[in-house]
Amino acid sequence: MGYVEARGLHKHFGEVRAVDGVDLDVREGELLVLLGPSGCGKTTLMRMIAGLEQPTAGEIYIAGELVDEDVPPRARGIAMVFQSYALYPHKTAFQNIAFPLEALGKPPAEIKRAVDWGAGMFGIRHLLGRRPRQLSGGERQRVALARSVVREPRVFLFDEPLSNLDAQLRAVARFELKQFQRQIGTTTIYVTHDQIEAMGLGDRIAVMNKGRVRQIGTPQEVYANPADTFVATFLGSPPMNLVQRDPHRLIGFRPETFLPKGAFPADRPVETFRFRVREVEHLGSDRLVYGALEGGFTAEATVIADIPSTITVPIAEGEAYDFAVPRDHLRFFDAQSGLRLDGDAA
Amino acid sequence: MLRRAAPAAVAAPALFRRRTLADREDLLGRLMLAPALVYVIVLVGLPLVLAVLLSFSAAFAGSLEFRWIGLRNFATVIGDPQFRLALRNTTLFTLVSQALVIILAVTAAHVLDAAFVGRRVVRFLLLLPWAVPVSLAAMAWTWIFDSTFSVINWTLKVAGLLDGWFYWFGDPTLAMIAIITVHVWRMFPFATVIVLAGMSAVPPDIREAAVVDGASFWRRLFQVNLPLLLPIITVSVLFGVVFTSTDLGVVWLLTRGGPYNSTHVLATLAFQRGILGANLGQGAAIAVFLLPVLMIAAIGMLRVARRTEVGA
Repeated sequence: MGYVEARGLHKHFGEVRAVDGVDLDVREGELLVLLGPSGCGKTTLMRMIAGLEQPTAGEIYIAGELVDEDVPPRARGIAMVFQSYALYPHKTAFQNIAFPLEALGKPPAEIKRAVDWGAGMFGIRHLLGRRPRQLSGGERQRVALARSVVREPRVFLFDEPLSNLDAQLRAVARFELKQFQRQIGTTTIYVTHDQIEAMGLGDRIAVMNKGRVRQIGTPQEVYANPADTFVATFLGSPPMNLVQRDPHRLIGFRPETFLPKGAFPADRPVETFRFRVREVEHLGSDRLVYGALEGGFTAEATVIADIPSTITVPIAEGEAYDFAVPRDHLRFFDAQSGLRLDGDAA
Repeated sequence: MLRRAAPAAVAAPALFRRRTLADREDLLGRLMLAPALVYVIVLVGLPLVLAVLLSFSAAFAGSLEFRWIGLRNFATVIGDPQFRLALRNTTLFTLVSQALVIILAVTAAHVLDAAFVGRRVVRFLLLLPWAVPVSLAAMAWTWIFDSTFSVINWTLKVAGLLDGWFYWFGDPTLAMIAIITVHVWRMFPFATVIVLAGMSAVPPDIREAAVVDGASFWRRLFQVNLPLLLPIITVSVLFGVVFTSTDLGVVWLLTRGGPYNSTHVLATLAFQRGILGANLGQGAAIAVFLLPVLMIAAIGMLRVARRTEVGA
């Protein structure tokens, strides 16, 4: 039984099924990432948990308690951090952080103590007198986090809170966010379309597409054992290669497992492919090799090999080479449904 | 090997090779602004300057004589109890009606912002008072406030709520209530539309954050929504103050300043003295009396609006 549960959850906007039958268990204290392309329903799902949208059908439980339209957002024990941070522009950082506490009717002395604690946690004590427009993106994000934490909610809801930061700051903020979540141990649902964020942050990842959860598991599970071709190609950059040798099955393998045959020890069981190279990209730490497989493949699909710089075998454009994938890294999918065929998916 | 075609003629047709009027933005801009500028100068600027000049003169209608008498017109009107009453009325009508307009407009904007069936129809109906010509509206209102046929009186009477009878334009207090009512009725749709526009400019995230932060309706209204709407409300009030305090139509059409000159405002008094009474100088002095006050109010409010502007 999950700390936050969704049962048969639907949300339809007219003809559009934003959320189309979601069952989800979020365990107490974990950080669960909802990952998917834009329009997959992840934000709508989160907004229903927050109480900002009412489900068309289905139920949501928080800590075993049914939260329906009679339970407004304020009674759900949740705190939310918005993509835009949604700070009150006319209030100082202090007033922003104090706002949820004032709404609870806490005495001023207690509010002051809590704001001080929250600001201390994110290292923004010196910024409390400033208004949002006098703060940088990273500082605003910290104010938003502090505002969400002072109320000591049962569940955190994060809606792409890092996407407005520049790339460098994002990596630091991601690390800090994870530290902070571990430290206070509050159940957290985190929405993002960025797979690196999802892999780096999540205890578990729920991959969504077209209003449904396609797979839920640890980052390693969803990456190594994707439940279907959507998950296989959505995760990973470059994505998993999918090739077709017979009409019923697709063979999948990750670009980093697809290497020149000589790179593998002779006793390792591998599947060998003839690989005609079209283009080579040198990216510094590795080489991306684009090409196509020869020998009885039905589709002329582009296949990518991601070769680390430690393998220095010369590869020329236009030539064909023997490449191989370790047998235990091959994945098989049904050509029609896209579902995984070999049964050890998580 | 494909044979390459000879390069096509890339030169533009001769017609477009020279710079045309459409290319000359500096000239075109001036040309297109000219009609508006002429309109403003001839129909707004000149009369205003003339009114200010007249207010310093002893001009009378029917005579072309222009005698400069300095501030004497102003001294005369300030000493006149009739003028002081009109000034008081103007202030009273403006302040009371604008206060009511803000409350009603913010309320209506919140209602219209919510999704419900028939919202478009209600929005359209709400804007009607703004579009109705003031003379037509005044006819309707004179009927509503008629001493014999007043629908308000008859409705109250039938409902058993009224014992006596309201002589709307016969009693100074009732007449003032009637005038303020019409002012509110006229200004509030415009203010509602402005506030609605302002509300759509407030990021929905911020309003939702306040909901998730657990704030009640009133806390959200007074601590989040109204402060964010303040700049736009200020603009709306500024318009309202200028329109209401300079309005001639409502009072003139409803009461003509009566009963016993108790509901005169500056505009009606200026009209009565300056045009009907032929004392152009004094009329102009009354008419431009509020000009400096309104200008200061306008500058002040625009300053407030800029300071509280929502920064992203």
